[in-house]
Amino acid sequence: MSFLDYAPAPESRAILSLRDQYGLFIDGEFVDGRGTPFQTISPATEERIAEISSANQADVDDAVAAARRAYDRTWSRMSGRDRGKYLFRIARLVQERARELAVAESLDNGKPIKESRDVDVPLVAAWFFYYAGWADKLDHAGLGANPGSLGVAAQVIPWNFPLLMLAWKIAPALAAGNTVVLKPAETTPLSALIFAEILQQADLPAGVVNIITGAGDTGAALVAHDGVDKVAFTGSTAVGRAIAKQVAGTDKKVTLELGGKAANIVFDDAPIDQAIEGIVNGIFFNQGHVCCAGSRLLVQENVHDEVVERLKLRLSTLRLGDPLDKNTDIGAINSKEQLERIRELSDIGVAEGAERWSAPCVIPENGFWYAPTIFTNVQTSSRIAREEIFGPVLSVLTFRTPAEAIAKANNTPYGLSAGIWSDKGSRILAVADELRAGVIWANTFNRFDPASPFGGYKESGYGREGGRHGLAAYLSPTPIGQAATRQSLAAPATAKPIETADAAPKRTRRTAQRSRTDSATKGSKR
Amino acid sequence: MTRLAVPKTYKLYIGGAFPRSESGRTYEVLRADGAFLANAAKASRKDARDAIVAARGAVASWSGATAYNRGQVLYRIAELLEGRRAQFVAEIEEAEGVSRAAASAQVDESIDRWVWYAGWADKFAQVAGNANPVAGPYFNISVPEPTGVVAIVAPQDSSLLGFVSAVAPALVAGNAVVVVASERFPLSAISLAEVLATSDVPKGVVNVLTGSPAEIAPWLASHADVNAIDLVGAGALDWISLEIDAADTLKRVLRPESGPDAAAPALGRISAFTETKTVWHTKSLR
Amino acid sequence: MSGTSLVTARERALAVLGGEPDDATLGRYLHGIPGVDAVGLEQRAAGLGTRSIKTTSKQRALDTIISLIDLTTLEGADTPGKVRSLVAKAMTPDPSDASTPRVAAVCVYGDMVPYAVDALGAAHGDPDDGLISVAAVATAFPSGRSSLEIKLADTAEAVAAGADEIDMVIDRGAFLAGRYGLVFDQIAAVKEACRRADGTSASLKVILETGELVTYDNVRRASWLSILAGGDFIKTSTGKVQPAATLPVTLLMLEVVRDWHLLTGQRIGVKPAGGIRTSKDAIKYLVTVAETVGEEWLVPHLFRFGASSLLNDVLLQRQKMTTGHYSGPDYVTID
Repeated sequence: MSFLDYAPAPESRAILSLRDQYGLFIDGEFVDGRGTPFQTISPATEERIAEISSANQADVDDAVAAARRAYDRTWSRMSGRDRGKYLFRIARLVQERARELAVAESLDNGKPIKESRDVDVPLVAAWFFYYAGWADKLDHAGLGANPGSLGVAAQVIPWNFPLLMLAWKIAPALAAGNTVVLKPAETTPLSALIFAEILQQADLPAGVVNIITGAGDTGAALVAHDGVDKVAFTGSTAVGRAIAKQVAGTDKKVTLELGGKAANIVFDDAPIDQAIEGIVNGIFFNQGHVCCAGSRLLVQENVHDEVVERLKLRLSTLRLGDPLDKNTDIGAINSKEQLERIRELSDIGVAEGAERWSAPCVIPENGFWYAPTIFTNVQTSSRIAREEIFGPVLSVLTFRTPAEAIAKANNTPYGLSAGIWSDKGSRILAVADELRAGVIWANTFNRFDPASPFGGYKESGYGREGGRHGLAAYLSPTPIGQAATRQSLAAPATAKPIETADAAPKRTRRTAQRSRTDSATKGSKR
Repeated sequence: MTRLAVPKTYKLYIGGAFPRSESGRTYEVLRADGAFLANAAKASRKDARDAIVAARGAVASWSGATAYNRGQVLYRIAELLEGRRAQFVAEIEEAEGVSRAAASAQVDESIDRWVWYAGWADKFAQVAGNANPVAGPYFNISVPEPTGVVAIVAPQDSSLLGFVSAVAPALVAGNAVVVVASERFPLSAISLAEVLATSDVPKGVVNVLTGSPAEIAPWLASHADVNAIDLVGAGALDWISLEIDAADTLKRVLRPESGPDAAAPALGRISAFTETKTVWHTKSLR
Repeated sequence: MSGTSLVTARERALAVLGGEPDDATLGRYLHGIPGVDAVGLEQRAAGLGTRSIKTTSKQRALDTIISLIDLTTLEGADTPGKVRSLVAKAMTPDPSDASTPRVAAVCVYGDMVPYAVDALGAAHGDPDDGLISVAAVATAFPSGRSSLEIKLADTAEAVAAGADEIDMVIDRGAFLAGRYGLVFDQIAAVKEACRRADGTSASLKVILETGELVTYDNVRRASWLSILAGGDFIKTSTGKVQPAATLPVTLLMLEVVRDWHLLTGQRIGVKPAGGIRTSKDAIKYLVTVAETVGEEWLVPHLFRFGASSLLNDVLLQRQKMTTGHYSGPDYVTID
């Protein structure tokens, strides 16, 4: 046995005391759903974890009604200071139960414990801490004095960062004074339900946060609900598009964080070893189940061979296997469906003439797995260079000049993120200026912080999460009925504030022409 | 003996040129009392397409200009407009049938709006952007950038002020625009285009279509190379369908406004057509 | 102790550099090497530091660590008695457990070499054969501030006294002043001074003193320079300057060694020295070696720990794994 065959170092599951069955979290209590319950499984073993309730239309009605009551009677009347204190409490409870949450996340999602433990859960706590402090400082959110909350927020989140996406959605919503109905993804409901227990421990007033589980139709019913004032969705561009159509003509505010096909640009003067790490982190972090993944590697042609060679060496040291083992680098693919999509697109890559190389990994017998894979000889016209694969598959393309790198990077309907690797500051800043993407990582990749806005250009969605911008997405500059008091913006006498990109002023609700959008919002998966 | 007047031909404004509609169509613009005032070009979907191509071609240079420069260019519009006050007042009087005082007030306010927005050009990024104190050794900054090509359905009940109120804020950040002017009061928009053509605004940055918003707007809303659509003047149209069309490529949408406050000056009208870009870079002394 | 012959090293350097190793040629070469992003390097090192080494792997790791230690005493107050005590500890690290491996070498000042050789007796030899080497610091250690003649005499004296390995310091002042040719020549000359009469040569470890080079770009360049000039090992620190060895610096030096191997096929050793006091830390270094250059580097002629207090912590951990309960400092010997 070689030293590199590290002995198993499994994180203990004893910290987790799961129930056999989970209900919906509505109005502060767990209640049985009226839809057909489903099983959540571990994608690493395909073993059943627990039975999960499914919310039908009546359950969605109840959840929205509970959120509305809580908004009207409690949360919108509470001082910002007290809202903030609840959020601080939640942040602390997340820290106290961090290991338990990490284990649940890795079990249900398949991601390596070192990521859930060192990235996801610490960021969840950080997100609540950050927005907790905003709750009594909304005058400084950038919308003028005394901005208003929106009401009930419908939030639908994906399976790739189940708890982190929950935090991205709930923390700013509550800080701004909204109440929430959140639907986690069908394949990863577990951590959200444990989070519901944390809300009970925090004594958060009933109905302020409601968590309803179910499949895509539950999410569709929630987004379409008339009692909802704000829709926040993270997921596929297809579903995001359907949501945008569905809310057309309503007065719902919308933020969408959708797909991506990020370019990771490596210049020939890049700090090479860190660039290799950044490429690996960019596409193989979380099995590539990352909307901002650096899935298109653009390498300056004169260093292409060296980069690819070093990349292969590095990938050969990645450890694929049990997500709960502390030494696992690559966990399980989240679902059979996703695995099939990755396989299908990879096969298309081969058929299109790209050269495929996969790291030598022992693939476990059960569960859903895909070895880290690189495609070279990929052209900009290849489907694997255009479509979001959402898996551990990297397409390598080349460029000759900065202008060509920028042109290729921007040649996509997406615009979520991008990476730049170079030792030359002026070039980094100039390239960053030209890239049409909402988050640019220079000499680093896949960094997240609650203070840092995140979100896309073009078909990667609109609105930002994180930072002051993420807070503004849950605020309205003109509280209903208080317009007369709000003439404070430094503008001519006729000036009035209006909202940012994703929003329009409140208006009388119109009947949306929904005939074209009835099929909207099926499925919340990325 | 009275001199025989020379009437003006009103055309479209696309890519810095004044073409007729490729369709050859015109429509009659009437005075408030119903009398014939002028023929205006009736833009077609192909004109809209050409305008979008022109706008896209102008984005790089306009957004790449310094903010200081954009501010001066926008201020220059105000200067030129001031010099041609009388023409615009007369046009508005004739078209809208309002008093000279009311027409003057509209022109004054239009000029002042250019001045107000011109001043924002090198400031809005400071107000809408952020240095973000992330928990790590990173320089991290968020800046608003222009979204690209913005299609605008201008307010329909105003000759000049509505047009200016919708166009000026979209230009501040560096977007290029395709504007469908007021169907009833299109002449001031074309006259303003003549001002723009002789100002320092690069060709293609502002493109003006006259004709039927109901006919043209759907082509703008569904065009994949449009990044955002301002429906401020689309209240009388089937704007929900336009919003649905716009969703196909996830365009940023501003919904219709009505009344005297429509498209009132606001920083939000600038930031509505910007994208927040956040740049991270590592920091170290080692 | 198969130090590369000087001729071979020089020829290789000329081939790699494409010219004479003067300031200008070396400067062009060293400054043409890709830069290091400090944040990324430190993150990678931290990531390697989170590996969880348990049970059988940990047992193996602890024994490997012991077998790679240069047990060191470098005090002004060193005496023959102190050195004999150190040698005894090196030969029998844990008197209560005969299965405990020996350390790789004892590391002493040059004038202490005869005492170390004497105390080792039959145990003196190549650690790859289970014996213990004598390493001597030389070249006006730790500052390196003296004439080349003195440095060479210092080296030759230690080799003549029986030192198997010479731990030299580079002239950091010259390096920071851009006098790469001077640094190169000094290393090459010291390498020459490592030759014995029989044509064999003591192994040369080149101490960069990374705490004085400060930046990672400097460490990377100094590593390349030292290897080009003929060093058999590159070593982080004297132990007299803080910070001494760190995981990111060691990772960086391992990356250079890896790249040199890819370029020339030659394997160079790495020795982090100073500041590594716990088994937990030392295991992180093993992981870093294994995942950067491969575990074939985890042998005495390619990797060493320069340490003194590390050994006892490893012994405590080892006793814990053998007996199942935690041991205490009174159950390991102090030297």
